[in-house]
Amino acid sequence: MGLSDIKNKAKRGELLAKQRVEADKAKRQRRKELKKAEAANPELREARLRENVPATQENTREYDEAVVAGEDAEVAQEEEDDEFAQYFGGQAPKVLVTTTPNAGRKTVGFVKELMSVVPNLEYVKRGKKFELQQIIQFCRGREYTDLVVVSEDHGEPTHLTLVHLPEGPTAHFRLTRIKGGKEIAGHGRATAHYPELILNRFSTRLGHTVGRMFAALFPQVPEFQGRQAVTFHNQRDYIFFRRHRYVFRNSKRVDLQEIGPRFTLKLRWLQKGLYDPASGEYEWIYKADLETSRRRVFL
Amino acid sequence: MNNDGIIWEVLNNQFCSYKVKTDLGNLCRHQYNLTGRCNRKECPLANSRYATVREWGGRIYLCLKTAERAHMPSKQWERVELPKNFAQAVATIDANMQFWPGWMINTCKQRLTKITQYLIRMRRLKLKSKHTLVPIKKKLERRERTREAKAEAAARLDQSIEKELLERLRSKAYGDQPLNVNESVWKEILEGEALAAESDATTEDELEEEEELEDAAAGFVSDESDIEDMPGPAYSSGPDEEDEDEDEEDEDGDEDDSASDSDSDSDQPAAKSKRPADAGARPKPAKRAKKHGPRVEIEYETEAAAPDAMLTNW
Repeated sequence: MGLSDIKNKAKRGELLAKQRVEADKAKRQRRKELKKAEAANPELREARLRENVPATQENTREYDEAVVAGEDAEVAQEEEDDEFAQYFGGQAPKVLVTTTPNAGRKTVGFVKELMSVVPNLEYVKRGKKFELQQIIQFCRGREYTDLVVVSEDHGEPTHLTLVHLPEGPTAHFRLTRIKGGKEIAGHGRATAHYPELILNRFSTRLGHTVGRMFAALFPQVPEFQGRQAVTFHNQRDYIFFRRHRYVFRNSKRVDLQEIGPRFTLKLRWLQKGLYDPASGEYEWIYKADLETSRRRVFL
Repeated sequence: MNNDGIIWEVLNNQFCSYKVKTDLGNLCRHQYNLTGRCNRKECPLANSRYATVREWGGRIYLCLKTAERAHMPSKQWERVELPKNFAQAVATIDANMQFWPGWMINTCKQRLTKITQYLIRMRRLKLKSKHTLVPIKKKLERRERTREAKAEAAARLDQSIEKELLERLRSKAYGDQPLNVNESVWKEILEGEALAAESDATTEDELEEEEELEDAAAGFVSDESDIEDMPGPAYSSGPDEEDEDEDEEDEDGDEDDSASDSDSDSDQPAAKSKRPADAGARPKPAKRAKKHGPRVEIEYETEAAAPDAMLTNW
């Protein structure tokens, strides 16, 4: 006879409460015993943890042939002579940043944050006279290696376009969750040292291209004494940007202090070659239809 | 077919489908009208002698009504293509309308000017990139916002960055004399490595050497501060000539650094203290590591080329 068969509501409630207490007690007891047993025999704990792996979006990812598994000779060969080969061959980056015309205070503020991140970044205020495609040609003529354009909407920076020069590619990102260095609690101060770069979890061919694009903005050899690390962490196609100062406390522990800024990028499209909205060849375009499965990622 | 008067009577007093009546006067919608006004003089239907300038697909034509073709309304206009050059176009109009009324010649030229100008403007606008308005899809935005928050939580950014940094330190991506590590920490790592190496099988000769080194080092491991205070050569446990050479170099460096060394030593408990950027070759860590015996096997190099490999290693 179950609890639900008791017709007296007060009695039913009383018994239910009692049942719950019992169940909790049993659970506590079970956990206590488990803890004891595992303390005596650590192998048990290991075995339990080995077996009890929760299914996440990451470890149930759909098969994707674009994922570069380990050391792929073919990919390495192709990356050796792609558009970034010159940078990885030692050519010093020279980067220009600009905005869309009539940029507001917040956008310019964001550009200034960027200037503190990327060494030797040059900001040129955008006028109305020249189109982006013309500006790209000017940059090519002046031997810039990259052009960054911050676009704004309603006074807020919303998009970031990255043009690698002289031959492309061009990437367009959505820009969200910007937090300036000073808005971060307990933030550190940046120094002028070249930061080191951490590119996490860029797994596919597309991801590699994007990762190499970011890498090409920074000087090849970091100044390690600055202990500054710039991170582009890709998780489920969201690219999280962070900058930290770190200190190694001992051989197992490293402490971080965030310097800022932080923001999130999401790839909207990647165009082969230089920016050309009319007749450019798109390698990848984001469509809402692509996001049918959360276990499928593109970067 | 000289019934212009009758036509105008009908159009004016009865009905004209091209006529638009406004408060300011009557206007004409006919394509061939020279000015757009509705009156006897400028009506393209009620005049058998009429000329205008029109544009088709970026080309400008002078259109002349010919009396001989008046019985075929679809073919009654003679089209003369005007040259692209404005001055030549004006000359062409003059040549074709030699004996026409002066006001009509003038108005044709005015119309030519207007058309030329708007064509120029059209071409310039075509070259400019156009802004397109993109709708903000609320649902999509909301979805991306939540997914972003979840992705950030799943990324566990701090942990993954810490892991990566430690991995780099251990794999010697920072070189053999890293500038971004406290000396004691670096020593700890080297010791850990040496322990691991010791557990591996080594050749007998090496073992013997190591035993000697360990003996030499054993007395000094306990107290770091003593080692730092004492002059270098007394503690050089390295038996080979190479090490002695290095020591000599070190001495030179030490004299310069002596002042800053004492500073940095006092700072050491607060591990955050920055290393002086001008430290240059920084011989110290190398020497420290050497004193502690068995791990002298490591080859010291100048700045390692490791960062390149590291940059590409994601």
